[in-house]
This record gives sequence, C-alpha cells and structure tokens, in this order.
Amino acid sequence: MPNYNKLKNISGNTSIVGVAESDQIGKVPEKSPLALHAEAASNALDDAGLKFSDVDGLFTAGWSTLDVAEYIGIQPRFTDSTSVGGSSFVIHIAHAIAAISAGYCEVALITHGQSGRSDRAPLSRHDGIPMIQYEYPYGIIGPPSSYSLACNRYMHLYGEDKTREAMANIAVSTRKWANLNPKAYFYNKEMTLDDYHDSRWVSWPFHLLDCCLVTDAGAAIVITTKDRAKDLRKKSVNILGIAEGHDHSMISQMPDLTKAFGTKTGPQAIKMSGINLEDIDLAMIYDSFTFTVLVSLENIGFCNPGEGPEFLLEKNISPGGGFPLNTNGGGLSYTHPGMYGIFTIVEAVRQLRNEAEDRQIDNCNLALAHGTGGLLSSTATVILGI
Amino acid sequence: MNNKPKPISQPESDKYWNGLKNKEIWIQKCKTTNKYQFYPRVHCINCTENDIEWVKISGEATLFSFAIVFLAPTPAFTDDVPYINALIKLKEGPIIPTNLVNINPDPEKIKIGIKVKPVFEKIDENLTLLKFEPSEQTSN
Repeated sequence: MPNYNKLKNISGNTSIVGVAESDQIGKVPEKSPLALHAEAASNALDDAGLKFSDVDGLFTAGWSTLDVAEYIGIQPRFTDSTSVGGSSFVIHIAHAIAAISAGYCEVALITHGQSGRSDRAPLSRHDGIPMIQYEYPYGIIGPPSSYSLACNRYMHLYGEDKTREAMANIAVSTRKWANLNPKAYFYNKEMTLDDYHDSRWVSWPFHLLDCCLVTDAGAAIVITTKDRAKDLRKKSVNILGIAEGHDHSMISQMPDLTKAFGTKTGPQAIKMSGINLEDIDLAMIYDSFTFTVLVSLENIGFCNPGEGPEFLLEKNISPGGGFPLNTNGGGLSYTHPGMYGIFTIVEAVRQLRNEAEDRQIDNCNLALAHGTGGLLSSTATVILGI
Repeated sequence: MNNKPKPISQPESDKYWNGLKNKEIWIQKCKTTNKYQFYPRVHCINCTENDIEWVKISGEATLFSFAIVFLAPTPAFTDDVPYINALIKLKEGPIIPTNLVNINPDPEKIKIGIKVKPVFEKIDENLTLLKFEPSEQTSN
C-alpha cells in the first residue's frame, strides 16, 4: 500500500518548468514520430530556459528511450519507457519525481511523438498476447469496440437517456473550448447538439462525435527540483500529488466496467496532495471518448457513481461555466495522436501560468489532470498547483 | 474471413481451442478456491496456486454488455458490419468476449441480462469460434 508519510514528504518538492507541443499538430505528414518527439522536447526545454545538455532523465512511451535518446542526442542517466497506453506520460511524472527525489536525476524530460494520422511505420503488438488471442478474432479490436462495451453497461445500470444527454453535453462543450484554442484541430468548426446526434455510428452506443480525433502530434514536459525551478524562465508549477496503476489489459478482463482504476488513483493523489477535491479550479480529464470523461469524473470522486450526468448539468462545463473541463478542446476536438495524456498536463500548466489566452479561466491555482490508457486499463491522476 | 485475426493458441490454451473444434467448452477451475477462470492460465488468479483442473461446461450464460460495430476496425470486417460485440457472463462466473449472433443488430431489440447459449462457428479445420445467440427466440 502507498506510504503516505513518504509521499507527503515529496509532495510539492518538484516542479514542472517547461511544457510544449511540437511546432505543428494535427495533420503533419512531413514529420516522423521521432521528429515530433525531438521538436517538442526542444520547445519544452526552451520554455524552461534549459538545454538538452541539462537533461539527465528521459521518459517516454510507445518508443524505447534508447531510440528517443539516440535521435535527440542525449545520454540520460535515468530512463523509463513505461508504456501502458495514453496515460503513460502522466504516469511518467510519478516516476520522474520518484527518480528526482531519490537522487537519480535532476532534470527529467518526458517526450511524446506520434503520427496516428500519417505514420509510415505504425507500431505493432506481440500476436501471442491474450487480447489478440481472445478478443481480436471476434472483431473486438481497438478502443471504440472496447469502450462502447463499458458504456453500454453504464447505460444499463444508470439509464440510457441521461447518459446519452451527458455524452452529447461533453462533446458540444468540449468543442466550444476548442473554438477558443487556435491550435485545436476543430478551432474553426462549431458543433451543435444536432450535429452530435446526427453523426454516424462507429460502435453503438458511440456516435462519431463521441470519439476522439486521430492526429499527428508531439509534446514534452520538463520537471526538476523546486529549488532549481526558482532560477528558470517561467513560473513553475508544483507537483502536489500523483498516483498511478492498472487493473486489466483487455476489456473483457476489466473487474468492473464502470469503475476504472481512477477509483484508486483519484483518492490517492488527492490524499498525497493534502487538498480537497472541491478546491480544484481546472479538471483535465483524458477524453478518448465522451464516456471516458463521464466515468472518470465519477471514479475520481467528483460525484457518486451514476450521478455524473446530473453533476455535469449542474456545474456547466462550457466556457464561462462553473466547472472548467478540458479547456484545450480535449482529445475530442483539439488533438489526439493515439496517446493523449501528456496534453492534459501541457494545458493544465498553461492555465496555471495564466498563459491560456482566449480560453484562460479565472483564478486558476489548482488543477487536476487524469490520464486513462489502454482499454480503460491504466489511470494516473496528478494534482498541480501554482 | 481470410484476413481476420486468428488466435495463436498458447500451450496453456490449447485445450480451450481444441475443445471448441469438438463443440465443447472447457474452462479452468481452481481446486483450492473452487472458482472458475477465463482465460486459461498456468495458475489460479485468485490464490496464485497452480492446482487447477479443466472442466467441461454447458455454455449457459447471460448477456453482460454489448455494442454494435458499424465502422469495421480492420478491412477484414468490412463485410460483417453491423455486427454485435458482446461480453457474456457464464453461469460459472467468468466473462467471455464474443459476438452475439442470430439476432438483429438493433439496440432496441437487444437487452442486457437475456439468457444466451453457445453457437460454435467453424472457421476452418483448425479453428472454431465460440459465439452466442439468444436462448429464446425474440420477436425480431
């Protein structure tokens, strides 16, 4: 079990000092995934006022750090290639602060680059894994198939109509935020409730507009000690609490289709940080699907199981509402190259630094970011404060 | 069916896949905990002992959840859409990923909780898939 005394000792001792995307995100066929890694890394270090030669810890997913470090041209002394889906890059924050706190490295660089839209050499998996053996032959392949099975179970338990209304609400509200973000894929395209309900079925109960984008994009984060952060370029963002874990790989092995591991990582991160969930000013919740947001909010503890739809209506998640959620436009409408988790952190840091321009929310002092990876398999929750 | 993924049976799952070829469903039961498990492993996931036996079961089950695929996940499934992905809960406890067949892929007609029974779909000499259909005919 987590040792909260030790966790509280490292709470707030490390800071995020640089964040960035690659130069372009969206459709970027002229750049390889590794190029997106390197570009984002360079931009994030520049944001921090650091150089590649300052980096001594490297973290990435989807690729081995061997290949990323070699391509970038660095020789890290602490590395972690933990790859458990789109949440991995949030999980890397936990590993980075552990490594920094233990003394293995001082400047941790987390990189991501993926050409989900344009990749010439997509990644493959070992054909012997149980998911390919037991689910693929039936056409239960990929996230829409799996997440829709969980969603329909949720609808069965709590009501189809109110679930549908909540999913439509998430899709349309997230698009409104994207309409305020020039980097968003759908910056110039508005969405109405009719657009949502009229969009074609992908895997019922998912409409097309329940599903995230598939883009090309890179992003990177730089983390260092709170002491070193004081001398760097931007206002640093403190890492107050973080938790990670997973409880299955393929959807048919999920212990409870409406309770992902966020039921563990949400409360653990909150407890480590010493804050109250009610004090969160911004929630960045991985939105592979509209449903992922709904179930994640419940799992983390913002509301009770089955009460997510009422919570969303009461709080109002659109720009100007009472519960700022996925203010970059999310994986649904901003970008989602295949693994999106790192982008929740990039946006949280920008909001906390008051750098979010047209979409800047008022008095943003505490943010929660929550990554979900695989097939509702892995989660990570992080609490960031200014 | 040509390009659809075929299971690469592993040593611990040979008995399961071979059983299906004979229209038999074999799953594992732990002699210590008396719990059944799917998929086959070398040990019990509840007690981590390896005192497990293979048991032939009837396939009596209920529909735990379903989803209807309209956008084929790979080109090999293009001719099959819309088809029904399903999680079914065996009477013995474990949940199995499968397809629900012999019912219209209409969400209004399919109810979670209905009783289902096995359908053995022979793909070729080496592979039979285990699918399920409603136990009682519905008015579709």
